[in-house]
Amino acid sequence: MDLKGKNVIIVGERDGVPGPAIETLVKSVGGTPALVQTQCFV
Amino acid sequence: MVQHGSKPSREIQKDPETLKLIQSSLRSLNEAISYAPHQVMLGNIYPDTLSELESPWYENPTDSNSHKGPHGEIVGEEIFYGLIKGVDDFGLVSIEESFAKRSYSEIKKMGYLTGDLLQKIEGVPVSEIENRLQEDNVLPLRLGTGETIGFISTDYAEDPSLSPDILLENLTVKATATMALNSVLESNGVDPETIDYVIGSGEEAIGDRYNRGGGNLAKAVAEAAGCMQSTGADIKAFCCAPVHATVVGGSLITSGVFPNIAVIGGCSLAKLGMKFQGHLKKGIPIMEDVLVGFAILLGPDDQVSPVLRLDSVGRHTVAAGSVQQKIVEALVQTPLSKVGLKFQDIGKYATEMHNPEITDTAGSGNVPQTNYRLIAALAALNGEIEKGAESRDAFVKTHGMPGFSPTQGHVASAIPFLGHALDDLKRGNYQYSMFLAKGSLFLGRMTHMSDGESFILEKNH
Repeated sequence: MDLKGKNVIIVGERDGVPGPAIETLVKSVGGTPALVQTQCFV
Repeated sequence: MVQHGSKPSREIQKDPETLKLIQSSLRSLNEAISYAPHQVMLGNIYPDTLSELESPWYENPTDSNSHKGPHGEIVGEEIFYGLIKGVDDFGLVSIEESFAKRSYSEIKKMGYLTGDLLQKIEGVPVSEIENRLQEDNVLPLRLGTGETIGFISTDYAEDPSLSPDILLENLTVKATATMALNSVLESNGVDPETIDYVIGSGEEAIGDRYNRGGGNLAKAVAEAAGCMQSTGADIKAFCCAPVHATVVGGSLITSGVFPNIAVIGGCSLAKLGMKFQGHLKKGIPIMEDVLVGFAILLGPDDQVSPVLRLDSVGRHTVAAGSVQQKIVEALVQTPLSKVGLKFQDIGKYATEMHNPEITDTAGSGNVPQTNYRLIAALAALNGEIEKGAESRDAFVKTHGMPGFSPTQGHVASAIPFLGHALDDLKRGNYQYSMFLAKGSLFLGRMTHMSDGESFILEKNH
């Protein structure tokens, strides 16, 4: 998946991969986080 | 009470027919009692036994019809509404008079709630209930069958922080925490007057519009439970608060500030029926249908009770960030190395104990399993167990357990295993148990972070 130059909506999960962790990865491949949220399903 | 959960109440507002669907999918009290995970909560079944029982557990009730166990008691709606009335100091709740009489006599039989609480369980004529329900700002109190048995109102309609639904939420918290505290005091033969300090660890927000979330449910519960020589305060940390509160309680004892402490947590009314749509879609019972409260007594070393190792406290620091490996390192690996233990020295880890039958059936995964696998992965990274699924699963089976807690927020975070851990450690089944909890701080929109804290309990030598 090429995320370079793309706006990315990030929804993470507390006990899985949280939003900020995904944000770091998205930025590292040139994507722009447009929204970062973490959810807790319990 | 399920209709007053956050999700059900919103959906009922959109479509009133939803109420009937909910009512037709609720379990009876006996079904809730014989439900295997609830028997684990009561202490009648050990958590590991769940893996040997036929699933789904909701279709395979246990033989046990006991509503009591060494770790607690389940009561039905009749008693519960009476308890709400009994902890209501402002005349907010009214229940029908014949219902109130039955409730009073059942609560009296329980034998451990105070005379002051019992005295407040008085009813009103059914005509008064019918009249008041015509007014704005009055919320009906119904049984699972749909029968209305009372109402809750507010004494200050202009304040949204004191609306009937919020007051109901807070009174259910007070009722469950009071019942738990009195039950634990009685079963341990502890005089309520000897408790010096009560620490609240729930997620409720108590206060008026000028101090929403001002709190101190702890002192309200201390009063209702007859802990007359006590004061208290709340620790707010989302689901992680019970572990924070236990560590603070242990520290207050060790430093000599207060010798006898109770940590309490009331229920989470908002989370009733949180995943009811998923359950209805699958044609299975709505399993988020119970409210849970708990109480923990902490005191100086009695040479018998397991020891809270304050030198083992682990914390998810700000610097640890959001990467799971860093979080588990902070909560598990760092505290283990601080006290010179290895991953496998911990007999049982208590982490998020949510019952997977409630979450998995609604698409929210198996939370305890995810957490146990992370701990196993870290043990493998440290070379303490072999890499690969086989040794990971063996580690999870031995040092973890299936989830069994109702999805009641802070209640489900590690604490449900405490009664079992105390039994195990006293019997010498193992030497150490670790409790780790996480809190979803990001839900409040003040930070993207989550939180976590952990401690180790050790057999008393």
